[in-house]
Amino acid sequence: MPEVKGFQLSCPLPITSHDHVLLGHGSGGKLSAELVQQVFLPEFSNPALARLDDQAVLNINGCRLAFTTDSFVVKPLFFPGGDIGSLAVNGTINDLAVGGAQPLFLSVAFILEEGLSFDVLRRVVRSIKRAADAAGVQVVTGDTKVVEKRSCDNLFVNTTGIGLVPDGVEMSAGRAQPGDKVLLSGPIGEHGIAILAQREGLQFESSIESDSAPLHTLVAAMLTVTRDIRCMRDPTRGGLSSTLNEIAAQSRVGIELDEDAILVREDVRGACELLGLDPLYVANEGKLVAIVKPGVADDVLAAMQSHPLGQQARVIGSVTQNDAGFVTMRTVLGTSRAVDMLAGDQLPRIC
Amino acid sequence: MCLAIPGQILEVMGAAESRSARVDFGGIVRQVHLLFVPEAQVGDFVMVHVGFAISVVDAQEAERTYEVLQALELLDDEPKPAPSEMP
Amino acid sequence: MKYIDEYRDPEIACALVANISNRVTQPWVLMEICGGQTHTIMRYGLDELIPPQLELVHGPGCPVCVTPLEMIDKAIALASRSDVILVSYGDMLRVPGSRSDLFRAKAAGGDVRVVYSPMEAVKIAQANPERNVVFFAVGFETTAPANGMAAWQANQLGLTNFSMLVSHVLVPPAIRLLLRQPSNRVQGFIAPGHVCTVMGYKEYEELVEEFRVPIVVGGFEPLDLLEAVLMLVEQLEAGQAQMENQYVRSVARAGNVQAQEIMKTVFEICDRKWRGIGSIDASGLRLRPEFAAYDAERVFGIEETGAEEPGECISALVLQGLKKPHECTAFGTRCTPENPLGAPMVSAEGACAAYYRYRRHTVARQEAACPK
Repeated sequence: MPEVKGFQLSCPLPITSHDHVLLGHGSGGKLSAELVQQVFLPEFSNPALARLDDQAVLNINGCRLAFTTDSFVVKPLFFPGGDIGSLAVNGTINDLAVGGAQPLFLSVAFILEEGLSFDVLRRVVRSIKRAADAAGVQVVTGDTKVVEKRSCDNLFVNTTGIGLVPDGVEMSAGRAQPGDKVLLSGPIGEHGIAILAQREGLQFESSIESDSAPLHTLVAAMLTVTRDIRCMRDPTRGGLSSTLNEIAAQSRVGIELDEDAILVREDVRGACELLGLDPLYVANEGKLVAIVKPGVADDVLAAMQSHPLGQQARVIGSVTQNDAGFVTMRTVLGTSRAVDMLAGDQLPRIC
Repeated sequence: MCLAIPGQILEVMGAAESRSARVDFGGIVRQVHLLFVPEAQVGDFVMVHVGFAISVVDAQEAERTYEVLQALELLDDEPKPAPSEMP
Repeated sequence: MKYIDEYRDPEIACALVANISNRVTQPWVLMEICGGQTHTIMRYGLDELIPPQLELVHGPGCPVCVTPLEMIDKAIALASRSDVILVSYGDMLRVPGSRSDLFRAKAAGGDVRVVYSPMEAVKIAQANPERNVVFFAVGFETTAPANGMAAWQANQLGLTNFSMLVSHVLVPPAIRLLLRQPSNRVQGFIAPGHVCTVMGYKEYEELVEEFRVPIVVGGFEPLDLLEAVLMLVEQLEAGQAQMENQYVRSVARAGNVQAQEIMKTVFEICDRKWRGIGSIDASGLRLRPEFAAYDAERVFGIEETGAEEPGECISALVLQGLKKPHECTAFGTRCTPENPLGAPMVSAEGACAAYYRYRRHTVARQEAACPK
């Protein structure tokens, strides 16, 4: 009979530290958070940055200016429901919108790979223009760099946006309080799955499209009910889980979700079941999460449901003082599970 | 280990080792190899693991055994607490 | 989704739990063998639902967890070669080797690609004739037929740039080893439903005969596992030790004959080292000599590397169900999914990862209530 190894109480091996940037550092989960905490915050520390919201709200001569930046490296460039151009515009508008800002102006900076076809570039630019027009924002400045072949994947885009935040709107991840309700504007997982369906090695046929959309008019409709909404976020990379974990951490509260209330389209679920993915960690580009005081939850929900982008909005949970810093979920069987933040990207599994 | 999920065969193509199918999983469709389940036909549900069907779901057995499960629920007359409130 | 949603019905779950509670008169220790079953138990909190007298311990049914350290090192070594495309299932990417993992190998410049099906690896080889494609073929018996088809197909196509790094393991020898340990506490087993879909359950009948323990083949949805628990409890309470099949919609006694044929054509049984347990006789599969041209270890002449587990990782005991993940001193502190010391923390199916992902809040609650 083979020897079975015993349990040795010897010195633990040191943890391997990260000396290279990993793909996981860009996926919106724990590694991304660590990168911010360990590399960026110590250098750049200031009160605006420390709030770690999707945008910085700055007071300039009595005007409250929201300011945000985002880079887009999505592959493939063109996917069902959008492309890197529309994704960039909507993504930046949404970062402003969830701060309560009316988006006004964008800058667009391109990094182009030598050899990129002009046709491709024109398609992306036209898409940016269409998305900007649809949202009522203007591209007012930009930049272009060209890098050698294979130094970037065809095309990268950075967009920076500014907008104005009305008085009385103070939305921030640090403002959630026990008793608050958690609202979600619609079903999750569409964008991430739409992209994955195009990936080599994982391809499948689907009619799932990215839900990429500008959310500023939905936000405006919600703010019409009350300006005193605690917090809004758009759950992009890292999915709903990462966003809620960030809020739980910043506000030092617990968040308890109801699995039955979180909508997932059947085909998105099919893809997730096939690849062993949890929809809670899949990216969205046209959804928002709002933390509101219990007294206004019904009215804000009604306002969302009257808007085209919020018709399937639901109350999906509440903020608690138990389990501070944790997001938990009441499963369909009534038991409780933690909704942890992933380290890096969620990978398809066969086991 | 061994994530296998049920999907419905929409269309069959090829023969012998290259026999494959378009299989529907709740609205998404993927190509699945059928060589391990030569008896599988359009309309059947198959258990799919890493792109291969490893069994045809026995619809009759499934129905029969599910009825047994449902009967368990009916036999239990007392008002039911939620599962998590069970002692 | 049909054949999934019905098996997550809360009311039937409740009825099953009530039945289990009515039957239990004394403590029993049960083991679910498969990592996928562990995942369901943790994700749906099934262990919270069943009566406290029933203890569910998690078995070694995670092929990712039990892949030997040396194999990971070999995969990393191959991935680091500029002429190689290392193709793998997603599960393997974060498993720690001696010093690194495939994810870090990718960060350092290795061409590492994730696929859902082994046939995609063959396609990558066809599309890249000037590079060597190595497919990291891991898994239990469920995955062996599919992995075997990749080798078979490559052979049919006459590919010269495709090979497989094979680390297949078989379940019954591990269970036999477990049952022979004097420290074994497990009184009833839930056999892995998808392994049995391929292999049937005759091998488990032999275990029932030899060790007089009840074994029930179980599926992977909450109702499957609860029903399997009920069936085991009924047997144990009645002093029975028989083979039963709960997962009838997928499993037949003889299993899938065509799949078994491919396995026999491509693979042969060999001894295998199980991470955290040691070498188990006749517990693995390797490519047959006729397929030597597709065996990456032979093609690349990779030397044996000596590799030691970190002393603190108690995966051996966790994999045998002797300790729970949160009883490990390193759990959640020095050993986390971002910095795993051992494989059960990395694999989505590993017991440690399942506990960490789904239960960390309760462990935190307990620690807050009774600090050590």
